[in-house]
Amino acid sequence: MEFLLNRYRNLTVLVVAILAQLVLLAYQVKSNQEVRLIRIWAVSAVTPMARIIETGRGGTSRFFSDYFVLLDVREENKRMKREIDRIQMENQFLRAELSTADRARALAIFQTRSPSKTIAAHIIGNTTGSGAKVVIADRGTNAGIERSMAVITPEGIVGKVVSVYPTASYVLLITDPTFAAGVISQKNRVHGTLKGQGHSTVKVDYVQNEEKVDAGEWFYTSGDDRIFPKGLPVGEATVVRQGKSNKDIYLTPSGFQNGLEEVLIIVEGVHAPIPDAPVQNQQVHLLGPPPAEANAPVVTLPTQAGTTDADRLIETYRKIGEAQKHVYGERGSGAPNYNAAPAETTARKPVEPKPSDPVKKPPTP
Amino acid sequence: MTEFPEGFNETRKSAVSKFNAAAIVAIPLVAILFQVYVPRFVTYLSYLELPLLVTVYFSLMRRSPVAGVFFGAAIGLAQDSLSSHPLGMFGIVKTLVGYFAASVSQRFDVENPMVRLVLGFFFFFFHQFFYWVLARALLGQALDFEPQQTIVLAVLNSVVAVPLYHLLDKLKITG
Repeated sequence: MEFLLNRYRNLTVLVVAILAQLVLLAYQVKSNQEVRLIRIWAVSAVTPMARIIETGRGGTSRFFSDYFVLLDVREENKRMKREIDRIQMENQFLRAELSTADRARALAIFQTRSPSKTIAAHIIGNTTGSGAKVVIADRGTNAGIERSMAVITPEGIVGKVVSVYPTASYVLLITDPTFAAGVISQKNRVHGTLKGQGHSTVKVDYVQNEEKVDAGEWFYTSGDDRIFPKGLPVGEATVVRQGKSNKDIYLTPSGFQNGLEEVLIIVEGVHAPIPDAPVQNQQVHLLGPPPAEANAPVVTLPTQAGTTDADRLIETYRKIGEAQKHVYGERGSGAPNYNAAPAETTARKPVEPKPSDPVKKPPTP
Repeated sequence: MTEFPEGFNETRKSAVSKFNAAAIVAIPLVAILFQVYVPRFVTYLSYLELPLLVTVYFSLMRRSPVAGVFFGAAIGLAQDSLSSHPLGMFGIVKTLVGYFAASVSQRFDVENPMVRLVLGFFFFFFHQFFYWVLARALLGQALDFEPQQTIVLAVLNSVVAVPLYHLLDKLKITG
């Protein structure tokens, strides 16, 4: 025996090494548990290094752009980007509120609806393996992150947390072939299962050929998977065609539109209704305001007053809420009485020119 | 058993390269960190399997199958610990790569750039194929294996391997 082991020493070492790893692998697969200690060590060792590299890269990049190229524009840009993200989320919430306000379910939705609680995280790296679709976020159990929490950006869903460690967590992106989530189409309310393809587009599976889905239709999370709250945008259908038994529907995910540097991890998800109007994120070209005419009467518009019906409705609701000391979005606080008259009307009255103002007559042809 | 000409083993043994212990630890670590960090900014570099190239290099240079097994297992398990799949997947594949690379080095002149190019191509293809087999057989994952794409990536990796190995040659302890 000893002679054989000596003679086939190399092969013996190989077989022992492979067998040991097979046993390790079998243990993990069989018990559905990972060897947590090794992973914690590895992730904890890499996270500070990745942070240092990221800090170094960010610092160097900021130094050049702040002092040599754009001075403070970068900071301003970041602040404005944050502000736009916040406003986009708020806008989406308000649009959904408005679109459902005149429906029978409006009160019930107002009662149950409140914004999800999220934690901001920074993507600091990829996991190993060529073409990996799992990224590392710099928030872990220390920040209250748990496995299977949804990860989003203001533009849409990004993925879900698959592993959590004290200082970091792994996020499985929606483009990964093993990813799946329940989705629903906006217009026709068709349910399907979102699946990653390993590249930039994702597929909606299990939609019967008889169901009606249009190209350009938006898909939202359906909440069926119990991971993503209902009503989060997923993407726009770019390809819709008949398949063998199910439709072939491909989406362009909306969550990656502005890159993947900062994400929100939903720690307390709240389901929301599917908005009726598509997400308005296309660039719109607007002209500047017309120049003031020389002899035009000076009209001072009341500040904070809306200029559209929607703005005025929001303002009215806000006033009603204030009058009744109601905080929108607070859980368990119910809905205010919308039939009660607001403390003061906020609908903008037409501005009447004062008698002292010069009256401009229309030019005669 | 294969008979080699007289003095063959002595010649090969004399060609065994030695490295500083710090280099043996640091180089695979840098290769793994590269894979963790750099593809965030340059997406296409995620297809560069630097830990594999480093495994092949150290196994080729040490010319010992036992050392190759240890190199492969260590680098593979380190890579596994930062991946999202169970520990051992990369470990098993790289253990085999290390063993075969070291075995090959006993029969070929692995200092030759053309031989390195061919070996880099072969071992990348073998690595990807065997990983796919293991993922299907042991984890039951229905991953796609695209031979054409793998061949293109193998070519790219082997092209990177030649200058990389030339660079790593400078870290050898001489004398």
